[in-house]
Amino acid sequence: MAKQIQVSGLDAYYGSNKAIEDISMTIEPRSVTAFIGPSGCGKSTFLRTLNRMHEVIPGARVEGKVMLDADDLYAPGVDPVSVRRTIGMVFQRPNPFPTMSIYENVAAGLRLNGRISKARADEIVERSLKGANLWNEVKDRLNKPGAGLSGGQQQRLCIARAIAVQPQVLLMDEPCSALDPISTLAIEDLIAELKDEFTIVIVTHNMQQAARVSDRTAFFNLAAQGQPGKLVEMDETTNMFTNPSEKATEDYITGRFG
Amino acid sequence: MSIQTISTGRRAKDTIVRGLVYLAFAIAVVPLVSVVYLVIKNGAERFDLEFLLHSMRNIGARDAGGGAYHAILGTLEQVALASLMSVPIGILTAIYLVEYGGNGRLANAIRFFVDVMTGIPSVVAGLFILAFWVLYLGQSFSGFAGALALAVLMMPTVVRSAEEMLKLVPSDLREASYALGVPRWRTIVKVVLPTAFTGIITGVMLAVARVTGETAPLLLTVFFTDSINADPFSGPQMGLPLYVFDQAGRPNDTAIDRAWAGALTLILIVMLLNLAARLIARWRSPATGR
Ligand SMILES: Nc1ncnc2c1ncn2[C@@H]1O[C@H](COP(=O)(O)OP(=O)(O)O)[C@@H](O)[C@H]1O
Ligand SMILES: [Mg+2]
Repeated sequence: MAKQIQVSGLDAYYGSNKAIEDISMTIEPRSVTAFIGPSGCGKSTFLRTLNRMHEVIPGARVEGKVMLDADDLYAPGVDPVSVRRTIGMVFQRPNPFPTMSIYENVAAGLRLNGRISKARADEIVERSLKGANLWNEVKDRLNKPGAGLSGGQQQRLCIARAIAVQPQVLLMDEPCSALDPISTLAIEDLIAELKDEFTIVIVTHNMQQAARVSDRTAFFNLAAQGQPGKLVEMDETTNMFTNPSEKATEDYITGRFG
Repeated sequence: MSIQTISTGRRAKDTIVRGLVYLAFAIAVVPLVSVVYLVIKNGAERFDLEFLLHSMRNIGARDAGGGAYHAILGTLEQVALASLMSVPIGILTAIYLVEYGGNGRLANAIRFFVDVMTGIPSVVAGLFILAFWVLYLGQSFSGFAGALALAVLMMPTVVRSAEEMLKLVPSDLREASYALGVPRWRTIVKVVLPTAFTGIITGVMLAVARVTGETAPLLLTVFFTDSINADPFSGPQMGLPLYVFDQAGRPNDTAIDRAWAGALTLILIVMLLNLAARLIARWRSPATGR
């Protein structure tokens, strides 16, 4: 299931404005990779280049290479829609579809992509909600609107929705930043479970969270405001937090800036 | 700093402004209430089954009796046809503007012309169809010609209101759908349109209500008849506004009574359509049922 991502020499632009420059890294399968760095250094931008969501924004484009195992995601002729089916995404703010019930939200990715039988949908919805540790809380009200859940439940619903299409990789952009500590804990536990099955990339502003959930950490930074963001270093999370090789990383981790 | 009570000056100002707001509201409501009151009071005289089920055929200028069945039928057919033409085109245009056009040249040109169309006086729409459809293409006066004129009037309202509603759909939802590997057109059909559905229906209803009462374009396109003509595609038809206009212009009381009853019917039709739209909108938005 899970696959490795290899990025080399990647630049991303908004119009003529270069947001990130020359990023190369390897993201290992069945592990959690955390992206940290000050606001505006391009973490979200980079994350969105990994499943070709960046180009959804008018004028945005990408240069460089992203390999998913042996597939070049930016090769000519590659359908971005199929890339996004393979690499799922969870957003900063929970965004369940407001017109759909809990059940329909989870089944959305399957149903919107074609017909499936009711029995199969039931099975996938149950498995995905269990996978997102939400099943017990919602199993009696699957037909109620998804927007009626609490913020933390909505975010787990979005995770269930993302894993229902059985992606290889799960990208999460600050999935806990809009949540209370209890919900955050629930999601962190969930991430630890999900990494057995998926390659997980998580952007976080929270150093403790990066330390708790991730196996490897990448630190991004920008030289100055208005300059493109760059990858400063990437290493095992334990190494990164105990003896980072770059001064900037140490300063950021210890809270001296950012 | 200590905690103070509200000063007399502030209290007085509050009372005055509050009074002004209530006064403004009352002034705004007076014409509305008096119109509704007058129409109900005068319209009740002839608002009966005979009125609803009979035409004006063989009813002489001074005769009592007769009804507006032919006009009600005509109005319903004309408005339905006008909606069938203008609503799909209007919504598709709005989808283009919001989802594809962005701020491009074509999109801005469309917005400009739609705005210009919004300002077209209704009689000009009627003249346009008269000149184009009847005189130039040589088609006959018909309910359909009237529907064309009404469609011209409805289209810009539908486009603008649907555009506003589609813009209100958070881009988060589109992105959530794209991230599930759903293609753009399916995202529009299955996520964006359902989310904006209630608002779009409201806009469509406003457009319908606006054209249902139009007289001038009908005068020039459906022509006029006292008989029932159920076929909107051939021969002159009647419309309720036209009926009211015609009857109100006659000198005798029986005709005036018919005009009032016609006006009452027109208001009721618009109200019923609005009610129906609200019910549809409620039925389609499960997100409110917690
Ligand atoms: N939609 C956008 N249009 C134009 N510029 C953007 C857009 N989103 C982000 N940027 C710019 O790209 C840079 C990186 O932003 P982002 O990836 O959101 O950073 P981070 O997630 O690390 O806070 C910032 O300078 C930001 O202003
Ligand atoms: Mg961000």
